[in-house]
Order: sequence, then C-alpha cells, then structure tokens
Amino acid sequence: MKEFEIYVHIPFCQQKCGYCDFLSFAGREEMQEQYVRALKAEIEAVAPERGISYSDHTSVVTSVFFGGGTPSVIKAEYLVQILETLREKFLFAPDAEISLEANPGTVDMEKLSLYRKAGFNRLSFGCQSTFDEQLKQLGRIHTYKQFLKEYKAARRVGFTNINVDLMSGLPGQTTEEWITSLKRIADLGAEHISAYSLILEEGTPFFERQDSLKLPGEEEERQMYESTCEVLNTYGYEQYEISNYAKPGCRCRHNVGYWVRENYLGLGLGAASLMEERRFSNTADMKKYLECSSRPDQIRENLQILTTADCREEYMILGLRMRKGISEDEFYRTFGQTLDEVYGSVLEKYVKLEMLVRKDGRLFLSRRGISVSNVILADFLD
Amino acid sequence: MGSYDQSKIRNFCIIAHIDHGKSTLADRIIEKTGLLTEREMQSQVLDNMDLERERGITIKAQAVRTVYKAEDGEEYILNMIDTPGHVDFNYEVSRSLAACDGAILVVDASQGIEAQTLANVYLALDHDLDVFPVINKIDLPSADPDRVTAEIEDVIGIEAKGAPQVSAKTGLNVEQVLEEIVHKIPAPKGNKEHPLQALIFDSVYDAYRGVIISCRVMEGSVKRGTRVRMMATGAVEEVVEVGYFGAGQLIPCEELCAGMVGYITASIKNVRDTRVGDTVTDDDDPCAKPLPGYKKVNPMVYCGMYPADGAQYQDLRDALEKLQLNDASLFYEPETSAALGFGFRCGFLGLLHLEIIQERLEREYNLDLVTTAPSVIYKIHKTDGTCMDLTNPSNLPDPSEIDYMEEPVVKAEIMVTTEFIGSIMELAQQRRGQYQGMEYMETTRAMLHYHLPLNEIIYDFFDALKSRSRGYASFDYELLGYEKSELVKLDILVNKEEVDALSFIVFAGSAYERGRKMCEKLKDEIPRQLFEIPIQAAVGSKVIARETVRALRKDVLAKCYGGDISRKKKLLEKQKEGKKRMRQVGNVEIPQKAFMSVLKLDEN
Repeated sequence: MKEFEIYVHIPFCQQKCGYCDFLSFAGREEMQEQYVRALKAEIEAVAPERGISYSDHTSVVTSVFFGGGTPSVIKAEYLVQILETLREKFLFAPDAEISLEANPGTVDMEKLSLYRKAGFNRLSFGCQSTFDEQLKQLGRIHTYKQFLKEYKAARRVGFTNINVDLMSGLPGQTTEEWITSLKRIADLGAEHISAYSLILEEGTPFFERQDSLKLPGEEEERQMYESTCEVLNTYGYEQYEISNYAKPGCRCRHNVGYWVRENYLGLGLGAASLMEERRFSNTADMKKYLECSSRPDQIRENLQILTTADCREEYMILGLRMRKGISEDEFYRTFGQTLDEVYGSVLEKYVKLEMLVRKDGRLFLSRRGISVSNVILADFLD
Repeated sequence: MGSYDQSKIRNFCIIAHIDHGKSTLADRIIEKTGLLTEREMQSQVLDNMDLERERGITIKAQAVRTVYKAEDGEEYILNMIDTPGHVDFNYEVSRSLAACDGAILVVDASQGIEAQTLANVYLALDHDLDVFPVINKIDLPSADPDRVTAEIEDVIGIEAKGAPQVSAKTGLNVEQVLEEIVHKIPAPKGNKEHPLQALIFDSVYDAYRGVIISCRVMEGSVKRGTRVRMMATGAVEEVVEVGYFGAGQLIPCEELCAGMVGYITASIKNVRDTRVGDTVTDDDDPCAKPLPGYKKVNPMVYCGMYPADGAQYQDLRDALEKLQLNDASLFYEPETSAALGFGFRCGFLGLLHLEIIQERLEREYNLDLVTTAPSVIYKIHKTDGTCMDLTNPSNLPDPSEIDYMEEPVVKAEIMVTTEFIGSIMELAQQRRGQYQGMEYMETTRAMLHYHLPLNEIIYDFFDALKSRSRGYASFDYELLGYEKSELVKLDILVNKEEVDALSFIVFAGSAYERGRKMCEKLKDEIPRQLFEIPIQAAVGSKVIARETVRALRKDVLAKCYGGDISRKKKLLEKQKEGKKRMRQVGNVEIPQKAFMSVLKLDEN
C-alpha cells in the first residue's frame, strides 16, 4: 500500500501581513464560494485520474494539511465540504493527521467546534507574538488576548494537538520579549511550537521598507535563535527541525513528510506536488484556476521530472533540516552509494569545522551548523 | 592606375590626440575621394577591430589608398597611414611615421594641443616629415581657431596661419585639406632600379594567406616571385602576391615600386618573422643595409592571466597563441600559482595593451579570466654578482641573496592648464616623481617634466591625472632606464596562508600604506565565511597591517515546506554558483575579483 499526503491551499486572508509572500488574496469574499466549487471540482477530477496509483484505492492518505492564506477566513462549512469531498474520493488512514491553519482573529467557538466535528484533529494557530505592539506592526488582525481566548476555545471543543507559530527577529523585538513569548505559549501547554526567524522576502512590504524597520542586529537575532532551543527544552519540547519544536509524539507528520520526501499532492491555487519523483504545481492564476480546475492537466505547471541526482540532492538538503538528520544506511539503500562515495570531501570539511556531526550511523547538523545551514546545504548540490 | 609616376604619389599620416577627430577626418578623405559611397561608409573605416571602434582609438596601424583628382586636373594617389594613438604603441607610431613623407596635424579647435599630440609631432619632425596643421571641430560653439592657430605656432613652431579650418564631422572644408596634401606633402623619392628596401610598418596574420605585410617601398621594387628576406629576423620566403589597400579590402597589383605603399604576402606563418620596423629586401639582390630605426619591442608590464574555470586552461593557451600570431609584442609563458592554479605570465607594452588583450580574450574567445596585479620588470642584483629580471613577484629571491634592486623609470611629460599645476605636482610627488622642470606653453598652460618610476604609473596614474585636472591634463612618457630603489615584496596572508597571486613589489616607503589599503579592500571583497578570517599584509615575516573578516553567524532558511522546496533549492543553487566563482585558498573562498583589487587601491 502506497502512502501519500494531501495539501489543500486556501488563498484568502482578511488582510495581508507585511512579511508574507504566500499566495493569498485579502478580502475577496465573493470569490470564496466560487473557489471552493473549483477546488471540489479539482478533487473530483484528480481522484480517478488514470495511471496514478493514489486513485486506485491501494493508496492511502496519511495526512491532510489545509494551509494558506488563512483557511479559517472562509466559512467553516466550506472547509467541512472540502474535507468531506476528500474523504469521498480518497482512502484515509484511520489515524490520518488532519491539520488546519487558523488565524485567531477569524475563528470562534462555533467555527472551531465545526472543524473538530468534521474531523480536523490538529490546529495550527498563527499567533506570531504575545506582544500586541509587535502584532500590530506585523499587520496581524488579532491581539494576544484574542489568541488566548480562541486557544482555550479550541481546547474546549476537543483539539488535543495544537501548534502555535511564533516569530523572532521582529522589528523592535528584544531577546527578553522573545523569551517571554516562548514561555507564555509553552506555559499554555501547546503540543507543538513553530519558531521562525523573520525572513524578508522580496516583494513584501517589509522587504521594501527594511531600512526603516529597526530589525534586531545579527548578534541579537542569533541570541534569540539560541535561546529558543534552551527555553523550549526546559518545557519538554524537542527541536526536530530547524524551526520546529514538539512534545514527545507530537511532531507534525505532514511537514516531516516534506523533509523525508513522501509523496504529496497539492490541491488548490498554486499548490505544489511531489508525486513519483515528479514535482509540479498548480497555476497561480486565479482566473485560470477557477475556469480549468476540473481539467488538472491544464492547470499544472512547472513539471520537473527528478533525476536520481536531483532526488539525492533533495534527500540531503531536506533531510538535514531535521535534527536527527539522515541515516547513512538508508542513504546507501536508496542511492546505492555510500555517503562518503558521494560527498566525501564535503563531509570531511564540515565535520572538521564541527558543523556536521556523524554519530550512530546518522549525519546531522550541529547547533552551529544549523545557524549557517545554507552555506553547508549548498555544498550538497551537484 | 596602371602607370607609375612617383611625382603623383603622396604618403602621409594623420597625427592627433585621442578624440580630436583623426579617424573622422580619415573617413571624410576616403569619402571625398570617392573610394566609398556614403552608404558603404561605416564610420571609422580604418579602425577595423570592434574594440577600436568602441574605444575610439587606433590599436593597429592601418593604411588605405585613394585617388584624388586635384584642382590642377591631375590624379594623385594618396596613401594614408593611420597610426596607433597611445603611448603604449609609441614604437609602432614611429615606424608608421617613417613610412610617410608628411603628416597632417589635427588639432581640436577648442581643446588645443595636448601632451600626446606634441610628442607625436616631435616624433614626426624627428623623421623629417613635413607637418601641416588642420584645425578641426570648428563647428563647435566653443571653437576658438585663432587661439589654437597661435598656440600651434608658439608651441610647435610651425606655420599655422591659413591652416584649413574644418569640421570633419560635417565635411566642411575637407577639400582644402586634400589640396594641401597635394601641395605641402612632398612626393616620395627612391629609385625603382635600386635593390629592394621596404619598411614594414604593420603585419597581420590571415588564416588563408599567412602574414600580410604592410610596407612602404623605399628603394627598388617587389613582385610575385621575388624571394624576400626580412633583414632582422632572417626569414626568407617567395612573394605570392603584392597589392595596395582599398578601403577594407586588398587589391592585387603587378608590382610595388619605390615610393609606393602596399602589401606583400609570402606564405609566412607568424608575425614574429615580420616585425614592425624590419626591412624587406630581395634575397637575390639585397640592399647594402637595413633601414634605420628597427628595434625589437619588449614588454614593459607583466601580469598573470588565469582562466576563472581551470578547465579553460587549454582554451586560454590557444587564444593567446592566436593573438600572438598578430601581435609580436605580446609575450606569454606558462606559470602556476598556488591560489589560481595553471595560467600564464603575460607581457605587454603597457597597461592599455594589457587591457586590450584581456578584453579580446574575454570577448572574442569567450574566456573568463582572473588577472593578477600588473608588475613592471625589476632588476635584481644578487650578492653572487648575477642579475635577474623579475616579472613575477613570487619569484623574488630571499632577501639575503639580494644585493640591491632596480626599477624602471620613465621620462614623463604632463601638459596641464595652470590652475591645476599644484595638484598635479602633488600627485607626481606622491608617486615618487623627480621634478625636472616646467615650461609655459602659453599663459594658461604648462608642460611639466618628471622622472617617474614606471610602477607608480602603470595602474591608475592616468585616471588620477584626469580626475585632478577635471579631464584637462594629458600625459606622455618614454622609458628612461633603470634606477636603484628601495623595494620590498608585500605579501598578503589570508587566514595565515600566503596568497601568492596577491603579492606585489612596492617601494619600501609605501609598503605600510599599500598594505593597509590592500587589507581594507580585501576585507570588503571577501565574503564572510564559517569562521573568522584574518587578512594580513606582511613584508618578510613582519606583519604590517591586519583586518578581520568576521565569521558568518546566521544564514538559514527558516521555512521550507512543500510549496517552497523548488524555490529554496534555487536559492541554494545560486549560493553554490557564487561559490564556484571563488578561489579556494586553504579553507577560504576568495572571489575572483579580489585578485584584481590591488589595481583599485586609490579609489575612494
């Protein structure tokens, strides 16, 4: 039986945040109904597609992730409908992880309750900071108090697996404030915390006005990063990826799938897929998507058929994002060569610099290595 | 023109400062004599190379023959020989002049005489050429022909009243110039019956015909079948074809006789056999002695040239070989550098020559090059009594073996308007110039005479001169000889490892300053890496300057999920590409352009 994951993209937000470069539109309520219809059409069209093994009911969906945008901005019934359609067309594993991203400013007890009943079993709150000033500057639509209220509501309706996103390196943020935010969320007992440093992505308002942003200096930013791990460890969280921390047994299975190169099918506007060593993505053109979503071949773009070398590259640069890194054995089984045969000089160089660690049959980045991982990962490209 | 009438031939060249309109005037002359229709005219017919056209300078000598029907009703053959316009090619200029009987001096009606013009005029007068002036660009609003006329008479001492006042651009009064050529430039002399004696003023390699020799026949004649001998190199070949120069094409003819300018082909494989200035004679009936003035030109400036991609080494070798076919003054030999791998030590006539070769290698041969700092030739007198020529700083013997060192010194003439004299003198002093005197050309301009070490002027002296005089100063120099000097080798250590390609020889008194600037520059050029990198400048074992490239602390992609993977991979690929363009020295990656940073130390 083949396993795969499903990603569903909901490209709507109440308001775009200043740092966000994800594909999303602010305030297009009239379009949402149309979009949901198109999305359902895509699901129905994709499901029986011939020659793709996931359609023959020998493939099983191990996780579903509704991301955006802000999935929670659209009517709860829409999300329920989409999930129902998925269940009709695909075989779900009994313990499938079904995640939903939610903005605290767009949910209430009623919505959350509907999500839970429909089968969503993991909630990911975009909280970002526990300081309202910082939230305001980021362009978030909620306050910390609002977040607290909805977090508690989520618990009440039965969510037992909750992630909270936080961001470090924000304009004007001090290390102390960052630690306070971490502690507040950890005290709440969230199962999972994603702690991202702010990255200025080209084309975002933040990128445009970065000179006036008063961003923390490099040293301060690094301190924030260092303290994240220390603080969260004391609360029983384990760092399992560059930006992700979880209580035992609470890693996000869907996201881990990306880093170990599971097959995943992206549905919706601009959604990316990896199926049978082919990468492709749906059109990012809303008009085209709405018109053509029932004919998947017309909306899929950027098809890239991965060679063995491509797969090996990805295996390394994705696998090394995780703290446990990669297994030397598995590498050999997958690619028929040992790590040393392929990457001998690179390994030697970075192990010597104590950026990479080889231990118990595994290769992984050291803490210092993580901070400068781009430099190291680039050397694993052909 | 089947008949041969020496009295109807005029061999001349045009002397001008860069931008004073030499090539434009040449174009107009060709156009007016009907050799080309306007449609066929590509601007600057004589400047053949793309590079020449782009830079607006002449790199190689060129010649063209036109026929002009003068006002006296007679037809005259005009052979116009274009001369290179830069001090690097002074010797070529002198040979081109030697092939002429007269010269037109073109002076810009608003700029007046420049140092280089003056140098070339003196060169022409030394060759006993009749020089007559033409005042160009009189169409410009700033033109002041009267002032310039007076200047020519005062400074050069040749009659300038009544000189044609033209606009080569618009064609105004160009006929006057043609008439002056006929009347003021003497017909060539020489006897067709004497043994052959022809001066080579240029030679180019052609893949089909072999070397094409441009020459001026002084005595005798040459035709197909003549066994010619190059008197200096000794090469002997049978002539395949002779002819003269059409515009952009070679037109064969029966024979070339005394007084004529034309070309000879003889299946010669290499321009090294047909050096500019050599004399061509008939091997069966040789002339008594060669024409005077031949010398083998030697490179003055050396640098290392390395392929940015080591795999292009062979391509670079092939390209240099091909360029050398056409450029006898280009020198190269293989060398290796610990930092840059396999490459070549190349010798050039000067920095412009270096730049031209570099540009041609990059453009015409598609090579990506790393060039090390240019160096002059130092004479190292060793304690054992021997003397070596040092062209690569890395080869400097241990100081204990050195008795003393000498460096080349040039005699420089700088022409400048009086308001800038102070700042130019200051510059010359900074560059260790020895003041030799000053003359006023007129009330507003002066000529400064200096002796300057060549290594002080090869990098950026010209630019510094221009920027300190708002572009007005002009400059000319010739090699004077060698002088004893306090010189040291400045080494650069990156992460405690000496980078051979960054070493250079410097005057001891400037070592500290140069070392400090070099470290500062490299600090900016070398990107931060995973560890701290000390950059040190050292003379011998003594460190005289230090900078530190701080370690990279943070370079990480916070997010990488399903939709990001392809994009993030591209980001890493870009990073990888950046690394490829760097040189690995020990554990440190040094960008290619850092190796050339020594050239730009004086930029602010």
